[in-house]
Amino acid sequence: MAATKENIEPKKKTPAAKDEVVIHAKGIKKAFGDKEVLKNITFDLKRGENMVVLGKSGQGKSVTIQCVVGMLKPDDGDLQVFGEDVTQMNDEDLKQLRIKIGFLFQSGALYDSMTVRENLEFPLTRVLKLSDQAEIDKKVEEVLDNVGLLDAIDKMPSDLSGGMRKRVGLARTLIVKPEIMLYDEPTTGLDPVTSREISELILHMQKKYKTSSIIITHDLECARITADRIVVMNDGEYIAEGSWKELQKSDNELVKSFFNETT
Amino acid sequence: MAEQAITGWRKWMIGIGEQCVFFGRFFRNIFAGGFEWSEFVRQCYEIGYRSLMLVGITSFIMGFVLILQLRPSLVSLGAASMLPKTLAVSFVREMGPVITAIICAGKIASSIGAELGSMKVTEQIDAMEVSGANPIQYLVVTRIIAASLMVPLLSIIGDVIGLTGGFLALNINDSISFTLYFQKCIGSLDFSDFLPAVIKTIFFGFAIGFVGCYKGYNSNKGTESVGIAANSAVVTASLWIFVIDAIAVQITSFLFYK
Repeated sequence: MAATKENIEPKKKTPAAKDEVVIHAKGIKKAFGDKEVLKNITFDLKRGENMVVLGKSGQGKSVTIQCVVGMLKPDDGDLQVFGEDVTQMNDEDLKQLRIKIGFLFQSGALYDSMTVRENLEFPLTRVLKLSDQAEIDKKVEEVLDNVGLLDAIDKMPSDLSGGMRKRVGLARTLIVKPEIMLYDEPTTGLDPVTSREISELILHMQKKYKTSSIIITHDLECARITADRIVVMNDGEYIAEGSWKELQKSDNELVKSFFNETT
Repeated sequence: MAEQAITGWRKWMIGIGEQCVFFGRFFRNIFAGGFEWSEFVRQCYEIGYRSLMLVGITSFIMGFVLILQLRPSLVSLGAASMLPKTLAVSFVREMGPVITAIICAGKIASSIGAELGSMKVTEQIDAMEVSGANPIQYLVVTRIIAASLMVPLLSIIGDVIGLTGGFLALNINDSISFTLYFQKCIGSLDFSDFLPAVIKTIFFGFAIGFVGCYKGYNSNKGTESVGIAANSAVVTASLWIFVIDAIAVQITSFLFYK
């Protein structure tokens, strides 16, 4: 099940589909009181692309993806998802948009009063409104098998390790087959081996489910494994952008300080 | 000093506004379709069945103690035979509903506040919201409606148990049969004693559920916030119970006891 960029066959896409921009952000600004968290965020996410946002803690990385999914409203700027302006959406439009976007929280955010099975059934019955129990069971078992946790199906979240919780969280997000995945610090709090497994799983799932992803992290190994493109964020702004290899050669002091840790 | 008062006043007004918005969201979602029956039944079990023992013991003791406290006064007035009637009227009209509601405020409002506060801290509510599910419908509507139905039910059961406690206390010094005692109790009650008491417990239940959900759902992120949400839910719900009781008694007096 473990997969790396080298051993997974890239999906074949038409040129038009490959270049389609699924998220377009231009000049996004967001402040909390006097603190300006996002100063001028501009980026495009293309279909099928994995974009990693790298930066120190507290630089506004998570705020960016919270704006994308409509949890926070930017103070200024243009933010379009699938060509629709997120800032102008009403509750119903946001709900429809959110069905197409998966969001993996740092903690996994499993519903702790439900078993793993019930956690996975929740989006199927409440969001996709499925009622056929056989179909629900099939989907739950399939997605759990994909993340390698089929035998944990009847466990409670409190019985799972940190890495298992992240896997179940990922399974719960992927079960509705979203077109975009947003990962908020997916490897934080995990040991290096489990972090690598989760990073490889993210890549594997991206290929399998053909999603476009934004991965927020400060874990360089996770960035190296998963990124098609990396943007480095500092003090509310993107200061550098490129592939892993390009950024390794960057002259920017902050980018150097990041990458020197691994070279 | 003046600036602090203005800031405090503004915060209070903002709080009132937020509660109105929260109430609007709750009300809209009752009729939004897709009622969460299984969660509602689970909440009825949690709120109703799990509070029954506590409400029962408290009501029993209150009925028992009330008779012991009332007896010397009524005996000195030569009105010992009025004990069942006095207890029945005071218990069904006031003591039973308020005692039950205060017990439920302590047990249910705090538990709802802590549960939802903890879900907020661990991003479970955010996860529901960004998945396209409706956390208000699943978490809030079910709890508020369950509390609004279970508190009156607990209050009625508490009344019966409280009167039974009174029967035992009465038999310490006097002798009265169970049948005669309850005949006297029920005979002294009429529609205007029972119905307003039940109606006000529906409002007590609503206040308990609403305050617990509001405090938990809107708690800040941080473990400390869970404790604050639970504590604040109990204090606010208890206060609301007395305010509602005062209003209900005024309305009942105006309608039935002119």
